[in-house]
Amino acid sequence: MKATFREYGARAAGLSLLLLVLVAGAWAQGPQTTPSIFAPASTPAKSIFGLSMFVLSITGGIFVVVGGLLAFALIRFRERKDDDESEPPQIYGSVQVELAWTVVPILIVVVLFLTTARIIFAIQDAPKPQDALDVTVVGHQFWWEFRYPKLGIVTANELHVPVSTPGDPEPTYLHLLSADVDHSFWVPQLAGKTDLIPNHPNETWIEPQQTGLYYGQCAQFCGIEHAKMLLRVYVDSPAQFAAWVKDQQQPGVQDPQAAAGRQIFETHACTNCHTIRGTAAVGSFGPDLTHLASRATLASGATLNTPEDLYAWIKDPDAVKPGSLMPAMQLSDEEIRELVAYLDTLH
Amino acid sequence: MADQTLPIGGILDITPERQERLTLLEWLHGWVVTVDHKRLGVLYVVYGLFFLLVGGAEVLAIRVQLAKPGNHFLSPETYNEFFTMHGTTMVFLVGMTIVFGFANYLVPLMIGARDMAFPRLNAFSFWLTAFGGLLLYYSFIGGFGLYGMGSAPDVMWWAYAPLTEKAFSPGHATDYWALSLIVMGFGTLGTAINVLATAFCMRCRGMTLLRMPLFVWLMVVVSGLTLITITPLTAAQVMLTIDRYLGGHFFDTQAGGSAVVWAHFFWIFGHPEVYVLVMPAFGIANEIIPVFSRKAIFGYPAMVAASVGIAFVSLGVWAHHMFTIGMTSVGNTFFVLSTMMVGIPTGIKIFNWLATIWGGKIQFRVPMMFCLAFLFQFLIAGLTGIMLSVAPWDWQLHNSYFVIAHFHYMLVGAIVFNIFAGIYYWFPKVTGKMLSETLGKWHFWLFFIGFHVTFDTMHFVGFMGMPRSIYTYEANRGWNTLNMIISIGAFIQGIAVLVFAWNMVRSLRNGKEAGNDPWDAWTLEWAVPSPPPEYNFATDPEVHSRRPLWDLKHPDDPDWKYE
Repeated sequence: MKATFREYGARAAGLSLLLLVLVAGAWAQGPQTTPSIFAPASTPAKSIFGLSMFVLSITGGIFVVVGGLLAFALIRFRERKDDDESEPPQIYGSVQVELAWTVVPILIVVVLFLTTARIIFAIQDAPKPQDALDVTVVGHQFWWEFRYPKLGIVTANELHVPVSTPGDPEPTYLHLLSADVDHSFWVPQLAGKTDLIPNHPNETWIEPQQTGLYYGQCAQFCGIEHAKMLLRVYVDSPAQFAAWVKDQQQPGVQDPQAAAGRQIFETHACTNCHTIRGTAAVGSFGPDLTHLASRATLASGATLNTPEDLYAWIKDPDAVKPGSLMPAMQLSDEEIRELVAYLDTLH
Repeated sequence: MADQTLPIGGILDITPERQERLTLLEWLHGWVVTVDHKRLGVLYVVYGLFFLLVGGAEVLAIRVQLAKPGNHFLSPETYNEFFTMHGTTMVFLVGMTIVFGFANYLVPLMIGARDMAFPRLNAFSFWLTAFGGLLLYYSFIGGFGLYGMGSAPDVMWWAYAPLTEKAFSPGHATDYWALSLIVMGFGTLGTAINVLATAFCMRCRGMTLLRMPLFVWLMVVVSGLTLITITPLTAAQVMLTIDRYLGGHFFDTQAGGSAVVWAHFFWIFGHPEVYVLVMPAFGIANEIIPVFSRKAIFGYPAMVAASVGIAFVSLGVWAHHMFTIGMTSVGNTFFVLSTMMVGIPTGIKIFNWLATIWGGKIQFRVPMMFCLAFLFQFLIAGLTGIMLSVAPWDWQLHNSYFVIAHFHYMLVGAIVFNIFAGIYYWFPKVTGKMLSETLGKWHFWLFFIGFHVTFDTMHFVGFMGMPRSIYTYEANRGWNTLNMIISIGAFIQGIAVLVFAWNMVRSLRNGKEAGNDPWDAWTLEWAVPSPPPEYNFATDPEVHSRRPLWDLKHPDDPDWKYE
């Protein structure tokens, strides 16, 4: 049975090495392409990280002690080759011993429970500061709608929030709604996830301390394209954020050179689902396109927002994101090219 | 040791079996109309093992799809169908059937009864369950759903509303899912009532409740739990069907229904269901670990109390599956406490198993190896369960691959390992043939290595932010290598299961003769021939302790002096 023991030893070593690498990731500051929960960059994610390290050390300690006892018992009490085939002494139990090992888990549970309760209240019932930014997040199959009620901005899939600094703390409070089925808002570096449920408004908050791009995605199965309901959060410096707000508050750019494309957009069914402020398009089933060209991705992160990708997307959405609710509009190649030219002017 | 005969009050029937060659049709007819608890037990287990292969094949396809980012092996539709069917299959068609198969076969033998209390109900329950499963799988060809002919349910095994409503799931795929669960639910209820009645009313002379083998005790607890928990599941399926066909609005959020109510209904079933599956696995370990440690189980009354305790507490923890659904801070805190409390009786169990091994003479036979691996894996699964019970951490870990790792540690690392242990242990009793130890060790090591390659790795990809139920992922997230490793581990487990299947087939044909009592064990089932005659015991046995065969083998030092 030595092999088992060695097996577990090697495993434990491998695991702790990996764990070290992961925990090391936590010291790396700021946004990462791997959205590790051990690389927190926002207040709630940081307090969860602190709690998780505490719990991990307690459970790790239990594993070492109990696992070690088990491994010891397996080696010490294995049947020997020169066994005399007699039965070992029969022991039926011991009330004292059993009471002792009931009390220890109870004490551990008390400690874990109190620590956990403190963090639950600290995150869930945190008082909301006066100047916190409010964003309403609406989950759709299969994209995100972001509304900034106080700023008059509507955008999709790429959330912009200001960075929070010790001198000027500015958390963002997210009001979570759903237009259809259950979704879940999860950007691991910024906060734990909270579900978006129809008829059941939820709230969560983030307070990112480093600027940059944070990745997340929908974390509650919501249908065929759940996997491609990706999410980006841009944490901007105060100046960047002010500029972005100013830009987003403008109506859609009307470039006369792209008038043909605009006409195609306005005279087809595009307007049933999409809004471009300043035009006849006021649909609300699909993402607001007023500033489409200011976004880096299309179709909730399914593809990049380049003219070629936009062309492919309009031509046949199902090929890019099978099951997407956007229909292929049966436009001619020329029409799509003009449409793309128009949409690319919408900065 | 192997062929000794044990005179428990005329327990052995020595009339030779009637040797008669049956035609295939007669043989088949015999199995279909049988009301014998042993044959029904075998049917349950064979049915479960068949679907283990089906559910396994589904997950191998899933793992091929996820082996690299942006893969096109499965379409999103098929992927979503496969993981829904994998979950539903493994829980309802594999876990439940094998667990109740073991109960059917072993409970009457262990308590010295000739059959279950209601043999016809028993057969009825099996066939309900069996046809319920076929109904679920018929959806692959009959489920004309959203994506055309032949679509299976694709709403995930917990089928959160309102995705299951007509507006989002047209077609009949979801109906197959709901109806088959109702049908199987009734089958399960029948078996649960049967087990309870058998254990309470059919015990032989001297078999007091506190002398029942722990396996029987755990099946009593599980059956009680089943009676309570299948009910809300069935109620929820009926409500869903009313929504879909009679214009109800229970979960129809567009008409003011509630998605959260579905989640409550589902998890008040779904969490105790985990215990319904894992406690029979404890029962198996409770029989095997003492025999191969050559010691009585340590703290029998505490083990019974801990099992009953886990069952009670498990009824009050369901909303820990819903920490992210938006409960109040007080609500979350309550479910943190109740969930952590499960850890106390569970800890007692682990310590008692450890104390059973302590001071024994451990024989590393295949059943014991599976049980020992179970001990380590159950320890880890329990500890990751504690991590998940910490609500704030759960906000991060929920619906990530960490959760998948945790519950597969429970469902595979604990339950499947113990089911394998149980099959290696009781196969000789059921068939009269030993399973090959050599192939068994190959099976064990391959499965053990594959299991850890897959599920240990999943914890880490979960820490790295990978959510569950996604058919593909972005290449730049740093999840690529780990997913490839997970997929490789899955295939190692697949090979191990094939070795196991080959072992069963080969041993059935030309395995070593088992004799009555190949493991030198202590419970009543080892006192009868292998395979046992239809009536089990020629005359009613009488017992004086928890280990009647120990008393016989050690008349100088019998158990009843100490209990």
